[in-house]
Amino acid sequence: MRAAQHASAARHSAVAAGDEETPLAGGGYTTVFGALNDYRKGHIEIIDDDPKNYVFSNVFEIAETCAPYERVVAGKNFDYVIEAGRAERDSPWFTNAHDEFVLCMDGEIEVRLIKPEAPLLAPDARGAHLAGAAPAGAKMGRLVLRRGHQGLLPKGCAYQFSAARPSVFTIQTVLGPVSVEKWADICIGGGQ
Amino acid sequence: MSETAIRHDFSAEPVSNVTGYRAFTAGSFRFSRDEYFATIEWPKGRHQMPVDAFLRALMRDIAWGFFYGTVNFDAVFGTTNLYGQVDMFAGRYNDSYRAAGLDWQERFEASELMPLFKEMISDWTNDGYDPFAAPQETDAPWGRKNGGNDAAVTRQRVTARRMVGLPGDTQPRTDESGYPVNRMFADVPQDAPLVEAEPGFEDQVCAYNLFAYLSRSDVTWNPSVCSVLEDSLYCPTTEEFILPIEHGNDRVEWFMQLSDEITWDVKDKETGKPRAKVTMRAGDIAAMPADIRHQGYSSKRSMLLVWENASNAIPEMIQRGEAPVTPVQF
Repeated sequence: MRAAQHASAARHSAVAAGDEETPLAGGGYTTVFGALNDYRKGHIEIIDDDPKNYVFSNVFEIAETCAPYERVVAGKNFDYVIEAGRAERDSPWFTNAHDEFVLCMDGEIEVRLIKPEAPLLAPDARGAHLAGAAPAGAKMGRLVLRRGHQGLLPKGCAYQFSAARPSVFTIQTVLGPVSVEKWADICIGGGQ
Repeated sequence: MSETAIRHDFSAEPVSNVTGYRAFTAGSFRFSRDEYFATIEWPKGRHQMPVDAFLRALMRDIAWGFFYGTVNFDAVFGTTNLYGQVDMFAGRYNDSYRAAGLDWQERFEASELMPLFKEMISDWTNDGYDPFAAPQETDAPWGRKNGGNDAAVTRQRVTARRMVGLPGDTQPRTDESGYPVNRMFADVPQDAPLVEAEPGFEDQVCAYNLFAYLSRSDVTWNPSVCSVLEDSLYCPTTEEFILPIEHGNDRVEWFMQLSDEITWDVKDKETGKPRAKVTMRAGDIAAMPADIRHQGYSSKRSMLLVWENASNAIPEMIQRGEAPVTPVQF
């Protein structure tokens, strides 16, 4: 058995107050969430294993280093994926042929929803696709999501994200043409 | 050593005049409890667990319908889900028991074993003890038979059909619906997202505060389904103290830490030998390989997103040895 070793060191200093020990502030507890400019990545202590097996990354680190609205695959389970990225100004318009779910992890993200006049994709299309310019169709409405808010990107819609300041999202979706896989760049044991 | 025939013999013994509890048998396994311990006996051995640990593990095995893969109550005893049938074992996934030939395993129909487990947890859970709760939030399970707590042990797992908050689906938790904010999440914002739906799209334009929803969970280590994309299930949960089982994966399972910190002890699924310690903090996302068992530790109550693939094709892939051990290669 090899001696334990740290596969990765924390990149950032502490996040919210009192995180070095069980957070107790004023008799209460401090819940530690991450933020784009304030996160503290975990690590793997290897005893007898390969750190690559854990495909370990951090969505704030991904968002910090990717291009705006690059949909980086952070989790993959057969063809299902969790994408992570940074929202900044307006995104391209995307469309889908199945539900997707966006979770705001930091900041504030507006989601604009349109029901296209005609379907933009074949019914069996998988993942998110670019939809070109704003598609003609009925306005479905909009969402404004802040940290912890999860919103539906309903099947067959076109959607656009917008963020006044850099924000972080994850999306429960399917691997598709706008998904970007770069595991060695984001995972412990790759380029990390 | 192991029997592969299906066992259909179950029994509940009369109430003990000393402890007030009943003993139960499933095949040749016998379960009894006293003031401090659960005792499991099988033809080649006998094993004791502190009854609090046993009840917490039994509660998850029941709530999760034997879950995916193996539910190790501890290093000796547990169950393996064969999806329709269940293997109950002692020492099967323990190198020393295997080497000594002391391991034992019997197979049951899941639909026949589950009622016995439910009867056992109902009988062995005393008034005031909640095996779903963190230790600081419940009374102790010790002592002789003292009432029961069926309201706690018969909770149903919350499962959204599409997403929490949609009309006709699971709704956000509130004080009024009986879900106050947990003491360790008192600082979690309870704000709601802005939702502006045009007429006719009210059932499709929807959002809710997932973190607020989790801050009001009344259970620990018990995932609930919050959003569903075909077989892709977001199953977030709140975690405090120790995952009551060592979960032996039969498929890749993903975790995304939403708040605070959990440390996972990872061991080899077959032998129990340590492989790694994985410390996950807010924003970290990682996979548990299909050939390990894992158990988490969370000092402060934390929010964890468990991401599952519930495809019916996966058990067949597992049987054929075609299910991947790790989700990607790089």
